[in-house]
Amino acid sequence: MNKPEKLPQRVRIEADGTVTIAVGKVELGQGISTALAQIAAEELGVDLSKIRVLPASTAYSPDEGVTSGSLSIQDGGKALRAACAELKGRAEKPASEYRIVGTNAPRLDLPGKFAGRASYVQDMVLPGMLHARVIRPPKPFGKLLSIPEHPGLVREGSFAAVLAEREEDAIEAARKLRAKAAWSDGPAAPQDIYAWLKAHVAESKVQKESADAAAKARGVKHFKAEYRKPFICHASIGPSCALARMKGDTLEVWSHTQGIYNLRKEIALVLRMPEEKVIVQHAEGAGCYGHNGADDVALDAALIARMSRGRPVRLQWTRDDEFAWEPYGPAMVMALEASLDSQGNIVSWRHDLWSNGHTHRPGRANQPVLVAAAEIARPFERGPAVDPPLPAGGAQRNAVQGYEFPDHKVTFHYVRDAPVHGSSLRSLGAFGNVFAIESFMDELSDGDPLGFRLKHLKDPRGRAVLEEAVRKAGPFKKAEGRGRGIAYARYKNVGAYCAVVAEVEAGGAELKVTRLVAAVDVGLPVNPDGVVNQIEGGCVQATSWTLKEQWKPGTVSWEEYPILRFSEAPAVDVVVLKNSFPSLGAGECTMGPTVAAIANALHDALGVRVRKLPLTPENIANA
Amino acid sequence: MKFTVNGKPVEVEAGENTPLLYVLRNDLGLVGTRFGCGSGQCGACFVMVDGRPMASCDLPVSFAMNKSVTTVEGLSGKVQKALLAEQAAQCGYCMSGIIISAEFLLQKNPHPSESEVRSALDKNLCRCGSHNRVVRAVMRASREQA
Ligand code: FES
Ligand code: FES
Repeated sequence: MNKPEKLPQRVRIEADGTVTIAVGKVELGQGISTALAQIAAEELGVDLSKIRVLPASTAYSPDEGVTSGSLSIQDGGKALRAACAELKGRAEKPASEYRIVGTNAPRLDLPGKFAGRASYVQDMVLPGMLHARVIRPPKPFGKLLSIPEHPGLVREGSFAAVLAEREEDAIEAARKLRAKAAWSDGPAAPQDIYAWLKAHVAESKVQKESADAAAKARGVKHFKAEYRKPFICHASIGPSCALARMKGDTLEVWSHTQGIYNLRKEIALVLRMPEEKVIVQHAEGAGCYGHNGADDVALDAALIARMSRGRPVRLQWTRDDEFAWEPYGPAMVMALEASLDSQGNIVSWRHDLWSNGHTHRPGRANQPVLVAAAEIARPFERGPAVDPPLPAGGAQRNAVQGYEFPDHKVTFHYVRDAPVHGSSLRSLGAFGNVFAIESFMDELSDGDPLGFRLKHLKDPRGRAVLEEAVRKAGPFKKAEGRGRGIAYARYKNVGAYCAVVAEVEAGGAELKVTRLVAAVDVGLPVNPDGVVNQIEGGCVQATSWTLKEQWKPGTVSWEEYPILRFSEAPAVDVVVLKNSFPSLGAGECTMGPTVAAIANALHDALGVRVRKLPLTPENIANA
Repeated sequence: MKFTVNGKPVEVEAGENTPLLYVLRNDLGLVGTRFGCGSGQCGACFVMVDGRPMASCDLPVSFAMNKSVTTVEGLSGKVQKALLAEQAAQCGYCMSGIIISAEFLLQKNPHPSESEVRSALDKNLCRCGSHNRVVRAVMRASREQA
């Protein structure tokens, strides 16, 4: 863990001809380090093997905010390209001269991972390190009333943890202490979260309004439907982990956070330390798919390091901790209304949506948000989850869709109180909104889902992915219990275009997704196979969310929270449209179209419209 | 406590109920075996004990006494090579356990069908959705082995 000296710039050419690049975007298993190395190698005219990407650190990396929203290639790539060109003292290369960007460079990190070498923050060892586990109540937000004495127990207010030389001893001690400690009851999660959301609106904000009374008056057929999306867990395979060490008055933290500077700010705030005395260094974790427990466990480790008499600590959350305390993707209700004229054109459209904010990230405000901030001796009141404004949006992401209707109004009913802790999950509100919009489009389409969409969609790049997905899917043999559905969205309305065709079998009680075809337009792909990999992964993960996933109070293990297994994963065909528009992120664009395409295919198979996720036998039977 | 890891004899001092996982990672420095759940539900910690895949997270180290343990670090590499050829991972955290399950399958059944590969891997969870690439890699490893 030698600290590299402070880098005055993003790119440095070393004496041995290798090139060191410091980027603010972090590797989350999405292959971003490799794609950024390709960009640097391209602009500098050196071999890809000569590029070394430093792990991001507040000690020397540029502050590029949070690695989220599929923006790393758009923003991080652009800044890096400019820095390389500046170093070479010439203009950036035109796309027509690229020979490394646009190729399938193999991922730089995979050989080590497949060989089982130390690759993750979980694998780090610091000299003299102690193992820690936190001791939290089974239900969120109770106060610690009593806990027995135990060697290695550290406590500050309601925050308690136990330290041991050996990891298994820390685990065992935490288990015993958790069983013997007493907590006050936290607030109970509401029985019917959807009714609860609608009854607790803090503020209703109109997101889009184009009123056209004349068009609306042409409506002859009227439709109305309500859709629901539950809390969904990030459920990383590797529970969150962090290391921390106090050295004199400086605190060092190693974390798989998505935003090293924001985390530093939050830790300094909660520990009441000056920011310059906190160093946060990124170290990879398992895939996170948004804002999971990474930041919470890092604050926990920082608090423990202050109580460990100078010994470095390694804290890993247990699987139960992760399921009980990670910030889930928030539940949502979407109510849609539309009117069609006598030719079957949509003349009026209403989209109302109820949700908590989808961003509860640290370091954004002067009020902390992480779990332990409310547990320490002088606790903070945790700030509410908020939403970035459109076009990106949070809850309202993709609520304003890309179709063109004359009379069109979208309203977001923001719920500030949050009985269940939520934050950003891959694609944020787009998963719920696109599920609702693209299901509703199907309900209105009168048996011609493709033609109906094309009739209302002008954007040629959107039309192209829809047509390509259907072409690639080929002919379909309709049979008893088999169905096909399509869906489309342009992610965030300014990001990647994606259309998905889903094929399902709904023979018995279980719904099986047999095949997905995704056509995407991500502009110029920096690493085409990397894009395909993310699209395939997004399709499979979205299938898992769609068929199985909903967090419920008391979820502690994979038994209560099953995810898609190998035998259940659908075949996925991906087409990446070729063009040289500016590169767009690929990580999240499939989520919304996949869920809606599956719901539409289910309707095609059984004639049942299921408007409540997940599409479990129970929800299908009750539809 | 004495046993063999990746062909080498080892001796460790640990309580006999210590899960094998922590002995491998913390006493022997073999961090390729990952922690995922601690209760046998996810497969991230799979190793072979006398040639059979087992969850090391809830296996007492005493069980391995006088037995032979193989971790991802000790494998021949044919599955790993095929995974690289297919670029079959995103975060890669689940892969050590998957490699163990796939090696075992190919030893038992050198030419599995696709659905046999899928059922052989059903005990391994992958959250990134790398399933289809992994299946292609295992089929490739099966074709390419002598
Ligand atoms: S960590 Fe052992 S099966 Fe999950
Ligand atoms: S590749 Fe990330 S969990 Fe499998």
